[in-house]
Formats: sequence, structure tokens, C-alpha cells
Amino acid sequence: MPNAIVVHGLTKRYDTLAAVDGIDFTVPEGKVFAFLGPNGAGKTTTVEILEGLRNRTTGDVTVLGFDPWTDGMPLHKVIGVIPQDFRFFEKITPKEAVEYYATLFDVKVDPMRLLERVALADKAHAHFDTLSGGQKQKLGLALALVSSPKICFLDEPTTGLDPQARRGIWDVIRDLRREGRTVFLTTHYLEEAELLADQVAIIHKGKIIAEGTPAEIIRDHGRPERLVVEGPPSLGEFLKKRLDRPVTVEDGHITIQMRDKSDALTVLRAIEESGIPWKGFATVSDTLEDVFVGMVGRMDDGIMRSEAAP
Amino acid sequence: MNAKRVGADFLVFARGYVRNPVGLFFSLIFPIILIGLFGLIFSVTGATATTVYTENLDHHSAASVAFLSALNQTGAVKIVVVTPVTNEPFNTWLGDQSYTVGLIIPAGFQSSFTNHTPVNVTIYTDPGDAQSGGTLLGAVNGVASEFNLKSAGGTPIIGATDVLLGSQVYKYIDFLVPGLIGFSILTSPMFAMVEISSTYRKDHLFRQLSLTPLTKGEWLLAKILWYVVLTFISAAIMITVGIVAFGAHVGFTAGIVPFLILGPFFFVSLGMLAGSVSKTPESAAVLGNIITFPMMFLSGTFFPVSGFPTGLQQVAHVLPLYYVIDGMNQVMLFHNTSRALFDAGIVGVGGAIIFIAAIVAFKWRDE
Repeated sequence: MPNAIVVHGLTKRYDTLAAVDGIDFTVPEGKVFAFLGPNGAGKTTTVEILEGLRNRTTGDVTVLGFDPWTDGMPLHKVIGVIPQDFRFFEKITPKEAVEYYATLFDVKVDPMRLLERVALADKAHAHFDTLSGGQKQKLGLALALVSSPKICFLDEPTTGLDPQARRGIWDVIRDLRREGRTVFLTTHYLEEAELLADQVAIIHKGKIIAEGTPAEIIRDHGRPERLVVEGPPSLGEFLKKRLDRPVTVEDGHITIQMRDKSDALTVLRAIEESGIPWKGFATVSDTLEDVFVGMVGRMDDGIMRSEAAP
Repeated sequence: MNAKRVGADFLVFARGYVRNPVGLFFSLIFPIILIGLFGLIFSVTGATATTVYTENLDHHSAASVAFLSALNQTGAVKIVVVTPVTNEPFNTWLGDQSYTVGLIIPAGFQSSFTNHTPVNVTIYTDPGDAQSGGTLLGAVNGVASEFNLKSAGGTPIIGATDVLLGSQVYKYIDFLVPGLIGFSILTSPMFAMVEISSTYRKDHLFRQLSLTPLTKGEWLLAKILWYVVLTFISAAIMITVGIVAFGAHVGFTAGIVPFLILGPFFFVSLGMLAGSVSKTPESAAVLGNIITFPMMFLSGTFFPVSGFPTGLQQVAHVLPLYYVIDGMNQVMLFHNTSRALFDAGIVGVGGAIIFIAAIVAFKWRDE
């Protein structure tokens, strides 16, 4: 599958600060790519460079074969963008905004149909400054879709939205994927990335620290699957002696690390043998959020420790 | 340059403008208020002669009455004869009444005149109202000279013939109408564009627009077109108010059309340039005011530049608004086409330079 976006050695410096520090990644056509990172990691700088809104210091970047900075005009005809915290003219209505964009892009669009698609048809005639945050984001999404783009850049499109509005935008993103469009998504919500993304890259302090499918990242960087049993500390002590794998006891929860699925039967048998009363029994896996928090936290701790060292 | 995109952006901006009552007020209603205020103030001042409270101590003799009548006929003063006040000096009485000028015809005025003996009328003036004092002094000296000449049996040798410039008698309102149209051409786009350039940047609207095929030139042209439309409407309103309410001798002449187009072209571009070179909305507002306020008062907006001191006249000649207002004066009052063409040329060429500078200075996106 050809790549829609190719980034090689991308660096963006502000004086001595490297906001983006020599990153490489590719985004295949027709996939949802989630670009994750804590605040200030370099997400928005990267996405703005890809959109042609910001120039890079060094590195090679192509989006659908265009250099975003020098080929902005042709590129913008084939990409759609919702910037972070989308704002527009205060007194324009969503219907007028879609008509305005349709004229600018010289395309024929049924405004009401497009607004229905993003669940904003009921506010088609309301002024922008009277819309809620979620409705404004929906208009941003509608405008990003006016030109029927090959790539949609969605920079934190669901930040600050209520759960229902967020799910509405997820549906649109799934539709875009079904239509074969590429989606470049930045988000704070790891659950969102895990649900929607085919591929994920995690950026931290300007460098990419993990890349792959959500499952690959969890497998490569997360903790192994665990069994959690609710029971007294004595049960924990029994299992520590009985099983040849790490067992931890904390707040009435006994956690047993598993090597594979069959370990569950072995642990259950050991619990029964103990004769000690117990309650809940569950297997637990790391989510993308667990992996993200763990990786970023470990890196920050490491930096703090190295900074504190004499 | 794509006309459809310019038209679409014009429509969006116009709708936003019309839906914002503050913008409409300053563009259309405020100039009417200004023309109403200035028209009322100056039409009253111009039409009314200086009232001079006069005490005639010569018991209404023929000579004293003729002298006062001659003063009235100058048109510069209006004599109001008051009853002599006993036990109170006349100047004290004038002060008590807050009158700033007064005149006493002394007793024996007629006999002195008849006998060719010198006699003085007394003029009271207030330094706080030098204009009225000067008017009275000039009128009295003029009439006294005439009476002296007659008394000596002479005839006037040097006279003066009043030849009017242009085709008609001009009143203050005649200069005020083009001046206030110029005021509107300056202030409405300048203040709006300075604000737009900084707030659009702050709200990332320029970046949003940079993601569309709309170009900076198309965007700026759409703003210029809107302010041209607004200027035509406000000029029509001001000319109508000037004619109907104050009897201004100005009309709807095709000659002002270039100035109603080139003026907004210049000042929309200048406002955009000022906003673009400023780093913050606050500094943009300061820069906008620094450019606008001197131009507002020194370009002949409220008073003809010819009445300014020489130094200020030279300053006025480097202000672009001067050429807009002067050009409109030339076509609306003096019918001097060649001078108007020169003014239009200055505004047009200057506007083109500022337009290009504004396009270069304002950034859709960040480095």
C-alpha cells in the first residue's frame, strides 16, 4: 500500500529548543494514524508542518507527494484540516460556512447533507458564536470535508466534547476510513486512539518513542497479562510459595503475572487447594493508556533522576 | 485572482458586518451624527452676527441712530440697544449678564459730529472672546471711517469688489460634507482593518483561510470592495443630510466616484499594513491611532487646510487623506478637474504601493 505521508529526519527548532527532533514515520494510504504524546511533546508542531502551516528546520516531508511548505496551494486542495480549538467568523452560520468553502474550493456540495453527516443540521442557521464547543468542532469537521479530501488532519478533534458528541465524531472518522481516506489524528484520549487507529506513533520531547499498531505497542511496551484475585493477604502468601511467578498483594487484590492463557487454570487450581476464601477472579491486560503513561512516566523519571545525579 | 472567491469572501464579510450593529453604527450612523452636530454648531455660528449690547447716551439722536444702523448693516454685528443702567458701570452690567462685547455711544455724539469735534465711542471686549471683540472693533472702525469721510465731505477712492471663487457662495457645511465623507473613508476601514488583522491572527483565522485556495490578495480585495460599498452608502447619506438639513451646495457628482473607490482602497490597505507589522492587538491599536488621529484633524476634515498655519499646511500635504478630501472639494465645489485628477493619482499610486506592502507584510501562516 503506498504511503500518503512520508517523514524522514524531521526537525523543528526554536532557537536552541528542538520541538521536533529528527523523527521518521510513514502513514499508509487509507489508514487511521494516531499521533500521541503529552502536552508540549511536539504533536501540533508536527501536524502543522504536515499541513503546510509551519515551516520545518530540516528533514524531508511529503504529503501525497507534495512538499507541504512549498506546494501549499495544490496540497490544500486535497487535504482537509480541523485545527486544534477550531474558530471561525462569529456571525456566519454553518450552512453559509459550508457554501463559502464550497465556492472557495470550487466544488458542488449539498450543505445540509454535509451538516447532517456531522450531526449539525439542526444548527444550520445558527450563528457560529452561539454554537457550543462540540458544535463548533463539528462545523470544523464539516468544512474539512467540503473538498472531499484524500487526507484529513484532525488535531484533537474531540477535546472538550461530551461523550455523545465525541462518539459522533468517532463515527465520522470510521466513515472516512471506510471511504478509503487517510486520517491523521492527534488526540489526548488514548482510548480514542486504541478504538480508531490502525497505526499509532507516540512522540515525547520531540522524539518518537513507540510506533506500530495499538496491539503491537501494547505487546512490545506493556506489561504481560495478569490474573487478579480478590482475597486476604494469606492467600497471597500461599500463592507466592505455590507458584513460580511474580505475585503481588495490594489492597485486597492479589495479582499474578501470566506467561500464557493456560496459566489461569494452574492459578485457579492453586487457589482451590489453599482452602482460603476468595471472591473476584479476572484477567487484566494493559491498555494503550497504561503503556503510554508507563513509557512517558518512566522517561520523565529517568530524566529527572539523571538531572538530579551529581 | 479569482472573482468567484473574491465574491464569496465579500459576501461572508458583508454578512458578518451587517449582523454586527457596532460596525454599522460607526460606519453609517456615526457620520450622520457628526454632520448633524458640526452642521448645527457651525451653521448657527456662521449665520448669526455678533450681538452687541449698546447703551446710547445721546438720547437716540439722528446721528447716533444712523451710526448704529450703519453698524447693523455691516452684517457682522447685531446692535441691541439697552436701557442705561443707573448706579452701575456698563462694563459691570455686561459682566453680570455674561455678555462679552458692548458699546457706548456717548452723550453729545451728534453735536460733536455736527461741529467736527472729536468724539469716542467706547467698546467693551472680553479677552476670552477675542473673535467677537475683533468683529466689533473692525465693524466700528469701518463705520467710523465712513462717517469721518462723510463729515469731511470726501468720497471713497479705494473700494473693494467681492469676487467669489467657484460658482457659488460657500458655507461651512459645503466644506464639511466632503470633509466628513473623507473622515468616514479614513476611520471606518482603518480602525476595522487594524482590529481584524490582529484578531484574525490571534484566533488563527488567517491560518484557517490559508488552508483554502483563497489568496491573501483576494481576501484583501474583498475587504476593499466591502468598504467601497459602505463608503458609497455613507457618502450618499451624508450628502443628502447636508443638502436637506443644512442646505449644502454639494451634489451627487460622478467626479467623487474615483475618491470613493481609491480612498477605501488606500485605507483598507494601510489598516491591514499597520495591523500586520504590529506584534500584538494592543500595539496594533496604538499604531492605528498614531496614524489615524493626526490625519483626522490635519487633512481638512473639519476645517479647510487653507486656514491652517503654514507649517501645518505642509504637514497636511504629506497626509493621504488630504488628497482624498481636496479631490472631493475640487469636484464637488470648485469643479477643478485637473487638480482632482492629480489628487486621485496621488491616492491611487499611494494605495497601490500600500496594497502591495500590506500583502507582503501580512502572513497567512507561521515560519
